[in-house]
Amino acid sequence: MKVLKIDLSKYRYEVEDRKDLFEEWIGGTGVAVQLLKEEMDLRADPLSEENVIVFAIGPFTSAYPLASKTVAMFKSPLTGNLGESHAGGRTATAIANAGYGAIVIKGKSKKPIYIVVHNDKVYFRDARVIWNIADSLIVGRIIAERESGRGIRTVMRIGGAGNKLVRYACVTTETYRHFGRLGLGAVFGSKNLKGLVVIGRGSRKIPDRHKYKEVYEKILKLALESDAMKKYHLLGTAVNVNPLNQLKALPTKNLKATRFEKAEEISGEALAEHNLGRRVACSHCPIACIHIAALRIPYETEPYFYKTIMISYDYELIYALGSMLGIGSRDGLLKLIHKVEVYGLDAMSTGVCLAWATEALERGLITEKETIVKLSFGDVDAYLKAIDYIVKQPNEFYRVLAQGVEKASEVYGGKEFALAFGKNEMPGYHVGYATHIGYLIGLRHSHLDNAGYSLDQKLKEIPKPQEIVDRLVKEEEWRQVLSSLVVCFFARGVYKPEIVAEAFEALGYETSPEELKMKGEKIYREKLRLKIKMGFDPDSLRLPKRIFETECFHGKLKEEYVKEALRYWKERYVLPLV
Amino acid sequence: MIIIIDMPKRLVIKDIEKCVGCGLCMFACSRRHGEIGNDYSGILPVSLSGFERGATVIFCRACKEPPCAQVCPTNALTPRKGGGVVYREDLCIGCKNCMEACTIGAIFERRNGKPALCIHCGYCANYCPHGVLGFEEVEA
Ligand code: SF4
Ligand code: SF4
Ligand code: SF4
Ligand code: SF4
Repeated sequence: MKVLKIDLSKYRYEVEDRKDLFEEWIGGTGVAVQLLKEEMDLRADPLSEENVIVFAIGPFTSAYPLASKTVAMFKSPLTGNLGESHAGGRTATAIANAGYGAIVIKGKSKKPIYIVVHNDKVYFRDARVIWNIADSLIVGRIIAERESGRGIRTVMRIGGAGNKLVRYACVTTETYRHFGRLGLGAVFGSKNLKGLVVIGRGSRKIPDRHKYKEVYEKILKLALESDAMKKYHLLGTAVNVNPLNQLKALPTKNLKATRFEKAEEISGEALAEHNLGRRVACSHCPIACIHIAALRIPYETEPYFYKTIMISYDYELIYALGSMLGIGSRDGLLKLIHKVEVYGLDAMSTGVCLAWATEALERGLITEKETIVKLSFGDVDAYLKAIDYIVKQPNEFYRVLAQGVEKASEVYGGKEFALAFGKNEMPGYHVGYATHIGYLIGLRHSHLDNAGYSLDQKLKEIPKPQEIVDRLVKEEEWRQVLSSLVVCFFARGVYKPEIVAEAFEALGYETSPEELKMKGEKIYREKLRLKIKMGFDPDSLRLPKRIFETECFHGKLKEEYVKEALRYWKERYVLPLV
Repeated sequence: MIIIIDMPKRLVIKDIEKCVGCGLCMFACSRRHGEIGNDYSGILPVSLSGFERGATVIFCRACKEPPCAQVCPTNALTPRKGGGVVYREDLCIGCKNCMEACTIGAIFERRNGKPALCIHCGYCANYCPHGVLGFEEVEA
C-alpha cells in the first residue's frame, strides 16, 4: 500500500510504498499511529505548523461492504493530546481507489488553499476567495462544482468554526459525515487548509475470485439479514433516545437530570414519523443509516414563501443539542443541528459547552455581560445566537468557550458541572460505572472506544472495578482491529474475528482470529504509548462531581469506585509502558 | 478482452428516488471484471449537487441508435441487440470520442484512458439493496 505525503509549506508531495506498515499494523488506526510517530515532533503545539494530519484506510476498503471509515489522526487542539476521529461518507473508498492506504499532511500553507488529489497527482488550489465562507455546505458545493470527479470523490472541508480555530471544529465530508471529535477542523484552519478533495478511479486484481465472492456474499448477507445491524436499518442511532430515557441514562439539562420530560418529542420514532425525508449511505454500505430530516420553515416576512432544509440527525446530536439543552421541540432541535452543521462544529462539544454556560449563568458564575444573550434551558433562539458567538468570538468569554468546557471552567469556575473527560466533552450516556470509566480510560475519551454504556446495560450486578476496566480494555483492543480495518463500528456484529480472518484469506493474506486479537492488543499499547509521549498523564484525569450527583441506571455512582478503577488501569496498563 | 452479450435484456431503473448513493452497484461492476475498486465500472453513483438533494446513478440508456458507436473510429463499439453497445477493448485506441458523444455522460474514463461502460449484463442489479435497479427483457 502506498502513502501519499503532502507538504503544505513547500507545496510538494511524494509517494512511498509502505507495504511493511500495512502488513504489520493492518491499516487505519494501527498505521496512523506509526505514521504520526514517524512524521511528527510529538511535543509540537497542535495549532502550529509542526502538527501532522494522517488519514488512513484499510485493506478491506473497496473490497468489502462496510469498510467505509477513514481514520484521521493528529494532535488535538482541544485536549493537547492524541486526536483521532473517524468519518464515513466517500472518503475511504476515494482514497483507496486513488491508490493510497494513507495520506499525510504536513506543514502550513502561506495562503489559504485547498488540495485536490486526483489519483497519482496532487494539485494545490487557491482558496483565498472561499476562505471566509462560513457555511460548510456552500464551501462543499463550490468546490464540487469547480472540480471533476463527480461520483468517485470525497470533498472534505471546514466551515467557519475551523477558520476561527474553534478547538472543537470538525471536518465535514459529503455534507453529512464528519471527522467530528477533537478538533481536526481547527488543525485544518491553522494550516490555511480549507478543504481536501480526493478523486479516485482505480482498482486492483482479486487474487482468488471464487473465495472472494463467497466471503463477500456472506458479509453482505449478514449485514442485510441478521439482527446484527437492524437497529441502524430502521430508526438509525436515534432509536436510543426513548430507551435511554427510560433507563434514566439520557443526560438532560447539563446532566442535572437523566430523564427528559420531552424525550418522546425528539425521539427517533417521532423524528421518523414527522420529519424523516430521505436516507443516504456511506460508500459501499448497504444499510444507509444516515437519516435526513426535512424541515420546512416559512420566510420571516413573506407569506406563502417557504424554504426546506435537509438536516441529518443522529443520537449524539439529539442528546447534545436536545435533551442536554432542554430542547423538546423537534423544529428547534433541527435548527440547532443545522446551525452546527453549517459552521462545522462538533455537535457534542458545542452542546456540552452551552449546557455548562447555561448553568454557570444560572448560578451567577458568569453574567449576561459574558454570554451576551440570556441562555436558559429550552430557549432555542438564545442557543442559535450563542452558536454564532462561539464561532465569531465577539468577547473574551466566547473566545474561551471556543476552547472547550475544560478551559472555560478553569477560567470561570463551575468545574463540578463541566462535563468533559480527558478534556473531551461528554457523549450522550449516563448509564453507570462502565460508561464513565470508559470515557476516562478510552484512548480517545469517546464512548465508542470501549462502549462502556453498552456494558453497563448488560451488567446484572456491579462487579469489582478491576473487572470493568479489564472488560473495557479488552473491548477497546478488539476495536483497534476494527478501526484498523476501518470497518464501521455499527457493523461490529458482522465483522467477528472469524469472518475477518476469512475475509483476509480471500485477499491472499493468512491470519487467524488469535493473531488478529494479538494485533489489537499491540495497537492498543502503541496508541497508549503515543498518548503518553504526547504528555498524557492518567493522574490528571478530572472527575466532574456532577456524575456522582445525578442518578443513573446504576443509581448514584460512588467516586471511590471510579478512582479505584483509574488506579488499577494506571498500574496494569499505563505504567508498564512508561 | 471480448465481451459478447446478445441477450435482449437491459439494466433498467425501477425507482430512482430510492437511490441512497451507496455505490454497491459500482463495486459490483468492477468485481464482475475480477477487480476490487471502480476502474472498470460502467455505473456511477452521484449525489445531486450534494447529498442534501439525494443521490442517483448514471449508466448507459441502451440507445437503439447509439451515438457512441457512430463516432468510434475503430469499431470497438458496435450496436448491441436490444440497445446499447458491444465493446471490444482490443480494438479500442482510447481516443475518447465515445465519451464526448454520449449525451448523458455514461461512458467513463479508465486509468488507461479507455472507456468503462455498461454492457447490460445485469450483475449489479443483484446487489442494489434498495430496489433501484432491475434487469429486464427488451424488444430487440
Ligand atoms: S453509452 Fe451513451 S450513447 Fe452509447 S448507447 Fe449508452 S447511453 Fe447511448
Ligand atoms: S475510446 Fe475506444 S471505444 Fe471510445 S470511440 Fe475511441 S476507440 Fe472507440
Ligand atoms: S449491468 Fe453489468 S455492465 Fe452494466 S453497470 Fe451493471 S454490472 Fe456493470
Ligand atoms: S446500489 Fe442501488 S441504491 Fe446503491 S448507488 Fe447503486 S442504484 Fe443507488
